[in-house]
Amino acid sequence: MRNNPRIGWLLLSPTLLILLVFGFVPFLYVLFVGFNEWNIFAAEEGLRFSGLDNYRRLVFDEDFTTSVQLTLKFATFAILSELILGFLLAQMLTRKFPGKWFFRIIHTFPLMVAPIAVGAIWRLLVIPGFGPVPFFLDRWFDIKYQIGSYPDQALWTSVIMDVWHWTPFVTLTMLAGLSSIPREPVEQAKVDGANRLQVFWYVTLPFLRPVLLTTVFIRIMDAIRTVDEVWMLAGGGPGTRFTGIYIWRVVFPRTDYGYGSSISLITLYLTIVLCWLLFIAISGRRKGEVE
Amino acid sequence: MTTTLRQRAWRLCVTYGFWIFTTIVTLLPIWWMFVVSMRSRVELFGRPNLSLSRFFVENYTNVLTDSTFQRYMTNSVVVSTSNALLVMVLALLATYALSRYKLAGRDNIFFWLITNRMAPPAAFLLPLYIMFTRTFRLGDWTLYDTQIGLILLYCVFNLPFAIWLLKGVIDGIPIELDDAAMIDGAGLWGVLRHVIIPLAAPGLAVTGILSWVFAWNEYLFAANLTSVQARTITTGLAEFVTVTGTNWGELAAMSMLTLIPSAIIVILAQRYIVMGLTFGAVKE
Repeated sequence: MRNNPRIGWLLLSPTLLILLVFGFVPFLYVLFVGFNEWNIFAAEEGLRFSGLDNYRRLVFDEDFTTSVQLTLKFATFAILSELILGFLLAQMLTRKFPGKWFFRIIHTFPLMVAPIAVGAIWRLLVIPGFGPVPFFLDRWFDIKYQIGSYPDQALWTSVIMDVWHWTPFVTLTMLAGLSSIPREPVEQAKVDGANRLQVFWYVTLPFLRPVLLTTVFIRIMDAIRTVDEVWMLAGGGPGTRFTGIYIWRVVFPRTDYGYGSSISLITLYLTIVLCWLLFIAISGRRKGEVE
Repeated sequence: MTTTLRQRAWRLCVTYGFWIFTTIVTLLPIWWMFVVSMRSRVELFGRPNLSLSRFFVENYTNVLTDSTFQRYMTNSVVVSTSNALLVMVLALLATYALSRYKLAGRDNIFFWLITNRMAPPAAFLLPLYIMFTRTFRLGDWTLYDTQIGLILLYCVFNLPFAIWLLKGVIDGIPIELDDAAMIDGAGLWGVLRHVIIPLAAPGLAVTGILSWVFAWNEYLFAANLTSVQARTITTGLAEFVTVTGTNWGELAAMSMLTLIPSAIIVILAQRYIVMGLTFGAVKE
């Protein structure tokens, strides 16, 4: 540990400066606007202080509470599937077999596609009229599939799209985590007569925990603020009105800035609380390891 | 012997079967986009056909010869590359400071840095718009619709990620190595150059690559904080849907084209990505 904090601050200053100007100042502004009534199309111009009205309003706003429920549902299902699939795929990639590099590269492809293009691709797949998905579902399984009319189908489609897009990221982090696990404890456990499940539960998982939690952390942050891909897929139709999209609708088409700001803050707050709990879980584990 | 051989063959079959299935699932949507990009407007409707019947390259030539598209592409390349480089340098310095110096409230600063990535972007657009058009101005020049504006702004979501990723990497480099270099007469710059940068190279590479990809893919800020001069390629993609009444063929062609640069980068950097993504997990 260096004792000369002045140099430390100097090294940190450009980062802090940029984040203060482009992160913290807008945050303060949003905080301020959140306590005001402000709508461009309202009769009176400019901001009108309204105290906690916006926050009182959002508690009873069914659109908002449904959007939070939907977002949590979306995030839970998507992230859980990604973790399970990602772990399985990473486990498969630790084996040696010819042509592994090829499959790995193919598998990372979705990660490189821009979210807006991911939305476009999936819209092309599911659009009634020329998308293959509704056509074949109807023909082979006699299922009526139309994301514009069935909210459940829209939700599941966005979950599947998210899984398609983000599983490779989870696979890569898991693979990195798996390959950094030392061999001895695993061998030792096998010698002691542990079966595969026990090795996984008592040896692999504890070693994987920091990587696992960090991955979940990043995925939660990104899943909650998802806008572009789902917007492109379903155009904000029923079943996909996630919080990010709801904020977008309040701020832009309705220009209800005050209300939009308060929703953003609450969403940010919920994300921070969720992540903070995970963060404690990670660092708690680290302390446990030192002992 | 025969059973083990048979077992091994069986296992290999399962492995390949699994991977071929995964590959098909992964590639099917991209393949469909490619098929769509090779069709004219008329051919698209009717019975969906997953095979490629003929090459209708007009979609591509239309997009590629469009000067707007060329400008968007250049903007995207300039913005993502500069942003990735800037993020790598700043994150390296910041993480080194957070890892090695006794700074008051270090953990809180680290956590605050990360929270910057969590903000839902839609509401923050308004203050940013005001800042871009009014606050930062020199005469006629404003930050609005400039490449430098986007480059700086993208740091808000890339820096937290980069610092987080590098924190584990740099924490993992023993401080004794720094000390040894300092005893040999190296200054701060010497330590960074001869100890930290070589040892953190995979992590730094991943930081750069992922920052590049995130910046390349960003849409919401680019769409609202630029108008003509600094528009990026993702914005151009979305314009197809709203302005031209959804020309799916050209949209697909453009999506394919935006995929190429990031695909090349990620393929070239495959090795580093796995090495660098450990988030500081113990490496024996």
